[in-house]
Amino acid sequence: MALQSLDIAKRSATTTESPQARKTLEVAKLIDVSKCIGCKACQVACIQWNDLHEEVGSCGGTYDNPTDMTANSWTVMRYAEVESEERGLEWLIRKDGCMHCEDPGCLKACPSPGAIIKYANGIVDFHQENCIGCGYCVTGCPFNVPRISQKDSKAYKCTLCSDRVAVGLEPACVKVCPTGSISFGSKEDMKELADERITELKERGFKNAGLYDPAGVGGTHVMYVLNHADKPGLYSGLPADPTIAPTVSLWKGFAKPLAMAGIAAAALGGLFHYVMKGPNEVSKEIEAEVEKELEAEK
Amino acid sequence: MIRDPSDLQRYNASERANHWVTGICFILLALSGMALFHPALFPLTSLFGGGVWTRILHPFIGVVMMLFFVVMFFRFKRLNHMTDTDWEWVKRAKEMVDGDDHNMPEMGKYNGGQKLLFWFLGLAMLVLFVSGIIIWRAYFSHYFPIGVIRTGAVLHAVFATVMIIAIIVHVYAAIWVRGTIRAMLYGTVTRAWAKQHHRAWYRQVTGK
Repeated sequence: MALQSLDIAKRSATTTESPQARKTLEVAKLIDVSKCIGCKACQVACIQWNDLHEEVGSCGGTYDNPTDMTANSWTVMRYAEVESEERGLEWLIRKDGCMHCEDPGCLKACPSPGAIIKYANGIVDFHQENCIGCGYCVTGCPFNVPRISQKDSKAYKCTLCSDRVAVGLEPACVKVCPTGSISFGSKEDMKELADERITELKERGFKNAGLYDPAGVGGTHVMYVLNHADKPGLYSGLPADPTIAPTVSLWKGFAKPLAMAGIAAAALGGLFHYVMKGPNEVSKEIEAEVEKELEAEK
Repeated sequence: MIRDPSDLQRYNASERANHWVTGICFILLALSGMALFHPALFPLTSLFGGGVWTRILHPFIGVVMMLFFVVMFFRFKRLNHMTDTDWEWVKRAKEMVDGDDHNMPEMGKYNGGQKLLFWFLGLAMLVLFVSGIIIWRAYFSHYFPIGVIRTGAVLHAVFATVMIIAIIVHVYAAIWVRGTIRAMLYGTVTRAWAKQHHRAWYRQVTGK
């Protein structure tokens, strides 16, 4: 990519450094759950801008439609009905999609060079032309976001409208949100905006209101303002403390150089053993013994 | 087809073919598997027609290998039970590797090292097959919870690595002990080879 705003910070299955001379602004999308009315304009805008076509599905008894993210639905509104003594019935609606982690588990797990890119501005993007369809990104993701297409076996997810952001536009979902629930800007600005809103929510009695920007994945470039930030699980299972799983870290970290060293040591060990100790040949004595035995038989 | 009539038959044609199908599958699996394991080896995917084809082919080759391995496993299982003498051989293996095999106990058709390799390969194939099914995204992964898939991926990598090392040792041992490879190529070994390396088996087949 020649666009400065899309300088690459991290590239899947690449062990050398990415260019670092230019430093672009880190961006973030802030989703204020307390302002969301569940209209799904963001879902429609996503499908329209990205020219996606979702199949007609079936109703699962809730407003969730489609019931889960798919290769064609990169964002889905999740509706949770939560009852508490304090507040009675609450309808907690969360726009689900890629969180654009600072330390992306999908990128760590991906075996194909350049199939997953993290731009310097923080956006994590899948480049389908390099995707081999193994599904390791699904294994690596702490948020269960990537979806493998049934048609082409490529992985898809929210791009944070990297194409729009590259030319100075806000993501499509931000553009259409009628209540101002979704904002987009520098990560710093979005944190400030969140702080203001959290103060407001606290004044209104949501004493546990807070920002969801989980440190376990180095922070995210999609953040939520939650009115119950102490219990992210209430919002259709948003993980309280997401991290790249230790098994994934082992598999894609320490295990790689260790395995290569072990295999190389075995191969070189064999070669040098042969060179230094020589082959294990049949001894002349035994050959002579066997000759005698055969003679005696005749 | 001129051969020494006093040579001893070690493997029949069917056993040799079985071994080589398994061996070819192993080489293809090791190359394609390492290509998807370490970025430095990703170019090996070119041998299989690119990354996507490598991802498609690897598990199918694995299934073929498993089928042939199972046949081979039950063919040779009877001959691979560890005995006290085998453990004695294993204890003394270092002396032999250092170049002195005079104190090695007499071995039957297989020595202690070969038997241990046999059982390790049985275990490794089982783990690799089961974990391989779990991480086979196109057909099976959606039946398993994410934690199981992650553990499967780690186990697959660990057992594959140890198995590759074990097979390097297996192949090297066949190269190092001269006169061995012909047993798997055309089935026979010399009497002197048998008497030196597998004396109990030599006595059994020659009656001496």
